[in-house]
Amino acid sequence: MGYTPELKELAEKVAATREKRIAKRLAPKRIVAYREDKGPFRDIRDLTRVPGIDAEIFEAIKGQVSLTDEPGKTNVNTADAQELEKLDGIGYFKPMTMAERERVLKKFHPDYKDTGMRPLVVGVNRGERVPDEFADLIEAHSLLADAQIELGKPNYDVDVLVIGAGGAGASAALIAQEEGAKVLLVTKLRHGDSNTVMAEGGIQAADKPQDNPVIHFLDVVGGGHFSNDRELVAALTNDAPMVIEWLERLGVMFGKDAEGVMYTLHGGGTSRKRMHSAGDMTGAEIMRVLRDEIRNRPQIEVVEFSPVVELLLDDAGHCGGAVMKNMETGDFKIVRAKSTVIATGGIGRLHIQGFPTTNHYGATADGLILGYRVGVGLRFMDSIQYHPTGAAYPEQNIGLLITEKVRGLGAEPVNRDGEDFVFPKEPRDVESSALMRECLERGKGVLTPTGRHGVWLDSPMIEIIQGPGTIQHELPAKYKQFMRHGIDISKEPMLVYPTLHYQNGGLAIKPDTSTQIPGLFAAGEVAGGIHGRNRLMGNSLLDITVFGRRAGIAAAKFARGAEVGELTLAHVERYERELKEAGVETDRTSPMILPDYRYKTG
Amino acid sequence: MGEEGKARMIDIYIMGKKYQVPETLTILKAIEYSGYQFIRGCGCRGGICGACGTVYRTAGDYKLKSGLACQTVVEPEMYLAQIPFYPANKATYDIEKLEPTAEALIERYPELLRCMGCNACSKVCPQDLEVMEYMSAAMKGELERVAELSFECLMCGLCASRCPGENVQYNIGILARRLYARHMRPKAPDLTARVEEIKNGRYDEELAHLIQAKDEELTRRYKETQADREPD
Repeated sequence: MGYTPELKELAEKVAATREKRIAKRLAPKRIVAYREDKGPFRDIRDLTRVPGIDAEIFEAIKGQVSLTDEPGKTNVNTADAQELEKLDGIGYFKPMTMAERERVLKKFHPDYKDTGMRPLVVGVNRGERVPDEFADLIEAHSLLADAQIELGKPNYDVDVLVIGAGGAGASAALIAQEEGAKVLLVTKLRHGDSNTVMAEGGIQAADKPQDNPVIHFLDVVGGGHFSNDRELVAALTNDAPMVIEWLERLGVMFGKDAEGVMYTLHGGGTSRKRMHSAGDMTGAEIMRVLRDEIRNRPQIEVVEFSPVVELLLDDAGHCGGAVMKNMETGDFKIVRAKSTVIATGGIGRLHIQGFPTTNHYGATADGLILGYRVGVGLRFMDSIQYHPTGAAYPEQNIGLLITEKVRGLGAEPVNRDGEDFVFPKEPRDVESSALMRECLERGKGVLTPTGRHGVWLDSPMIEIIQGPGTIQHELPAKYKQFMRHGIDISKEPMLVYPTLHYQNGGLAIKPDTSTQIPGLFAAGEVAGGIHGRNRLMGNSLLDITVFGRRAGIAAAKFARGAEVGELTLAHVERYERELKEAGVETDRTSPMILPDYRYKTG
Repeated sequence: MGEEGKARMIDIYIMGKKYQVPETLTILKAIEYSGYQFIRGCGCRGGICGACGTVYRTAGDYKLKSGLACQTVVEPEMYLAQIPFYPANKATYDIEKLEPTAEALIERYPELLRCMGCNACSKVCPQDLEVMEYMSAAMKGELERVAELSFECLMCGLCASRCPGENVQYNIGILARRLYARHMRPKAPDLTARVEEIKNGRYDEELAHLIQAKDEELTRRYKETQADREPD
């Protein structure tokens, strides 16, 4: 229980520098520049003539600099660039410039490695590089390759089939039902089992006066390194306040003050404080409210423990439903549906490049496989998000999410010598890469008793900056999770290391969530393009609700007046032929449905 | 990279059957280590979804203990069974139309009044919630207090499994929280105003422009907003 004596000793070093680091954080917000060697600056632009301050650094710091011509009045000796650099980003370790971000990403981010990826040999994205673990599932046989299945007598006949009952699926089901559709919601585990429940820190929405959906848009595309599908981003940020209003109306308990003003924080890469939260259980709170609401509506039928194993197309090439499998009896069931929404979530349980994951047990990429087999293209599948702060200790919690809200509330990463080494609110991929650099290149990480790398996340800072009791109030689930293992995170720092968190890419969709297959829609983590190559914190709970709702509207609309023709599995036969022609010889099958941890201890 | 190399092996009993597992594992991982692949009884694996409620006894102890399989470390001579599903009474309602009162709760869940104050629910709660306290507050119509005391509920169902009054505490909890959030707290003024602006198309033109904008313009504007970052 608790830290080993060796780790306790190292944690002491973090405590020893804590006050100094906080003092720096709370220091005066402006630099008064005076150049000792050559006298006072005449113009703020003179700063760019200081060796080492290029145009980009100047842009980053100029707002914090004012000039003086009296040596005694300066609060920083700006004799050289180093002195200035130390102080810019006042109070924090200096944020990286765009060029620095790129350098650290190229060197340390797993997406940029040469190994662990290969080009696909079949399907729409043939020739494109994806992680090996995912390629293995694409280059695999259908579970129905040899099955004899009667498609003529469906067990369910509905307007809208929603596959997956996490946040996106639940949102889609509720809205489709409101639009008048008869809805069937199917899920392979329990209703609500999803990454949604595990989303802790918050949901972004630009609803404060100093913010707006345009600024939110800029943060999203900048965070995604300008690779995002901008039409999807505009939908995301413009719908955001409406989603918050919808959730509040359903009874989600967002943090707010006595006047009703929403409690909002920064996340990595945000330029305005727009992270709304419900303690550190934001996703769990949203999910349980959506689920409760679905259970209030008998018009929505829910079938659990029944993964979809293939989609069905009709003779006109429209999606006409799906084949699902009852995991407990092994029976196949046929669903005929006028429109279908894939909302099956992500990929974490494939453990890309051997990383532990924050993801739910069911995050096995099923929907990507289903969609790809009927011919929907994939985007950004070579781009995986590693969350900077996964638990690296104790062993029972390895890879579990430590919400970004911990940094949002004031904690920062600290190395084994008790030093801060990175701006704590870089975009996630940059922050993760910086943590890996600290451990792998600089050797300033902490090695755990089981040989894992980690750096400290100095959570006790929160209690000093925000006041005693903040951790128990704002991070109740995290507090409990660590107390179970004898670590009081309001007094001791946590050990963290990047962990596989999110699939940035996914099925190609339009802003209304339609795919290139008529009658087939996709929403949530399974869809790609919204976040480009990197998602910012708080934009996935937003993504699932924005696009879940859009899918509900679009699927219900498509279903009105749609006729389903004769159902076929011809696309599966075609896919099997393509595998054979590409020379894929394997006994692998997909979708994976469940990960297999039998006889393992990891 | 696991600890299996040096971990001591202990005996546990999964639904009566004996297995040897490393003593450092959680119940969840010990069951997998023993050769089981979960269909039910496994969810987030991180203590937040409530899928893996488990009851157990240890040899020589009369006490029936409980916990989440993903959060509880195995003990020697542990006899365990999972409760991945527990039948629950769930009322249906239109949250818009309900009043946030004790009557609203009692009409939907009359069994609430059968709570006899035995505190079995609180004792079994893996989140250490004061379940009985919030049941008592629910009876009195103190919805804000129910909301606060029940907020960290995972809806795992262990409380309902132990209740001699046959209550489903967590369903009463969520109804109270929804009523509180929907009807008792002031609306967010900024939010209402912003939603109105968006519905009137206030940002449509600028967003349409940015969708078409050249990368240079986007990069420039991104840098500007970042340089103008709102202080913490």
